[in-house]
Amino acid sequence: MTERNIIELIDVKKVFDDETIAVDNFNLQVKKGEFVTFLGPSGCGKTTTLRMIAGFDLPTSGKILLNGEDISRLPPNKRPVNTVFQKYALFPHLNVYENIAFGLRLKRVRNTYKNEAGDTYVKKERLTKKEIDKKVKKALEMVDLEGFEKRGVHTLSGGQQQRVAIARAIVNEPEILLLDEPLGALDLKMRKEMQIELKNMHRRLGITFIYVTHDQEEALTMSDKIVVINDGDIQQIGTPTEIYNEPINTFVADFIGESNIFNGAVVDKFKVRFCGATFECVDDFETNQLVDVVVRPEDIIICKPGEGQLKGEVISTVFKGVHYEITVEVGRFEIVIQSTAYAEPGSTIGMRIEPDGIHLMKPVYTINRFEGVITKNNTVEFGDGEFDCDVTKLYPGSHLDEDGYLITASGEKLDLTGVVVNVEVDTHDITMSDDKDEGGAAGTIISMIYKGDHYRYIVRTEENEEDYVLSCPDMWNTDDYVSLVIPKDKIKMTLKAPAEND
Amino acid sequence: MKLRFNRKQLCIPYAAFLILFVIAPLFVILYYAFTNGEGQFTFDNLVSFFSSTNTIGTLIYSFALAITTTAVCIVIAYPTAYILARSNFKKKYVLLLLFIMPMWINFTLRITALKEILTAIEGNIAAYPFLNSVIGMTYDFLPFMILPLYTSLLKLDKNLMEAAQDLGASKIRVFLRVTLPLSVPGIISGITMVLLPSMTNYVVLDMLYNSTYIMGSLIGSYFNAYDWNNGSMISLILLVIIFFVTLITNRFSDKDDNGGREVIL
Repeated sequence: MTERNIIELIDVKKVFDDETIAVDNFNLQVKKGEFVTFLGPSGCGKTTTLRMIAGFDLPTSGKILLNGEDISRLPPNKRPVNTVFQKYALFPHLNVYENIAFGLRLKRVRNTYKNEAGDTYVKKERLTKKEIDKKVKKALEMVDLEGFEKRGVHTLSGGQQQRVAIARAIVNEPEILLLDEPLGALDLKMRKEMQIELKNMHRRLGITFIYVTHDQEEALTMSDKIVVINDGDIQQIGTPTEIYNEPINTFVADFIGESNIFNGAVVDKFKVRFCGATFECVDDFETNQLVDVVVRPEDIIICKPGEGQLKGEVISTVFKGVHYEITVEVGRFEIVIQSTAYAEPGSTIGMRIEPDGIHLMKPVYTINRFEGVITKNNTVEFGDGEFDCDVTKLYPGSHLDEDGYLITASGEKLDLTGVVVNVEVDTHDITMSDDKDEGGAAGTIISMIYKGDHYRYIVRTEENEEDYVLSCPDMWNTDDYVSLVIPKDKIKMTLKAPAEND
Repeated sequence: MKLRFNRKQLCIPYAAFLILFVIAPLFVILYYAFTNGEGQFTFDNLVSFFSSTNTIGTLIYSFALAITTTAVCIVIAYPTAYILARSNFKKKYVLLLLFIMPMWINFTLRITALKEILTAIEGNIAAYPFLNSVIGMTYDFLPFMILPLYTSLLKLDKNLMEAAQDLGASKIRVFLRVTLPLSVPGIISGITMVLLPSMTNYVVLDMLYNSTYIMGSLIGSYFNAYDWNNGSMISLILLVIIFFVTLITNRFSDKDDNGGREVIL
């Protein structure tokens, strides 16, 4: 493998219909021969990015470089990349052979000849029938479909169609092979087989693979490099081990593998406190820093009660084949353990976590910050909503007169309508309600992450896609439409700029 | 009380209809075609059709008119259907409606209106009988060409075009190698729906002062003269032609589907 970047995405951004941002600020370098996976939930922008590399969508801004050359405006037929489509997209009017030969028949290659005078000249020529035949046969061999040449594509099973789609792409010897969730339609066993075959094919061909999936296990199994994407943004780029062992934030930790996520605080150098106990850890954070703590279920070791840092009661034990999944209640926290040892439900066990089993992350959200405007009713508008607030807090010692004007401590009368303020709300001060009119704003739950004793939710409003982050012990569902209630005294406001008549 | 039918009982009305209005008339035609005025079995009607230059001429003229009409219809309908089905043009349903709406207006009324327009342009419209007949028939049958093409282009998987482009095909090649072959069923449906009616629809010719006979007018003239036998024979010959055209076209569009026929019928 050379160290050359075969493809490079620089500040790529894609906006649909002038408003929906599908991909934002996408920067990525892929080396020749790498197996790169775009991993993320559906609708995160991974397929859009792939389509921009293939040329089906043009980036709104930013550049895509192939071997250092800008290809972001080239049509798909001019790019040396081939795609394996999600639903195969085989040509129904052609048989297997013709499907695979499709690209070859269009190809022109440069052949060098010598004329009688001995000068060499280059002629662009189509491939001969023989050459095409040879290449198609080889591709069919590669995907184990010898003898299927004359078959119509509709007579093939899903797995066979998939193989034809792969053969049709690799037969053109592209510089990059793009695969858009190619195994999504196959059953589990078939999928596992194809994963291994694809990986082998990648090794044999030496072509760069860019693979899109929402299946974290698939990504971990196959990739050299994983790009975790959420909401149009790259969350983390790294090797499967890095992504699994050192997730950069709670999204990555939660999306990849099973995990216990807790709120914690660094109490001393290499010492972190969570779940009511203090643990030694290997991540270096400043003392008193609030952190998100990730502990993988397999990193919790069951021991005798009294030994280890934690003690709790086993709530349930489920046999999962290779291991037991044991849920333990420790005080008000719930911890999931994967262990080959059995633990009797109802019994009390001790738990030990080694320092390298604890991963600390800087919390992304601790407080909600908005810019708000005071209305003429002395409420405040922010984050696509309107909330009751106490405007007298803006000016110490002030009060409201009966007309709603603010009288400052020095007796000055102020009209606050239109004043811009900074608003801060703690995550645990927002509550959700089913009643659409109860809260000042409303939105859809786009993310929920369990943190041992509570859930962390992100609620996004419809109009301007403002995000509210909140903690709540009750379980709601993703995509629930909720209204957001914030008590008057929990909205902390400060003046943005000195008011004109101050 | 709840009425219950089994499957066999449910097909009784259909079978009765079929016997009464399809099979029985067919036998009546067969009977008349192979008998003479006295009711005796004969091949004379068949022989006289193929031995008369007059009737053969009518057959050729009908074919020429029908093929020209069909060709003109395809040339107009394909790009229209393509734009309707594949563009992101926002008002395309309005456009589609504009093509379909003439079908809601009585056809004699439309042809009469067309006659007035043609008279205004050409003066004496009897001077261009063939041209005017093609214009009239195209106007009449165009929706039957657009609709099957539209439906067959509409259900084309966009991924296939992208796949072709991805494999190195330019826009033109994508059209020639993927879009066109995959819309053949639609073309075939359109042809069957335009070619055959335009061989017989002599009302258009009559109204546009085209005095040349086509197959339809020939049958009409025999029947008007109470010559059931020759009229039936020509109907039968037409039926055989239709049968063979359908056989050939079905081979092209095979199994896959029947284009947009189901949409209209």
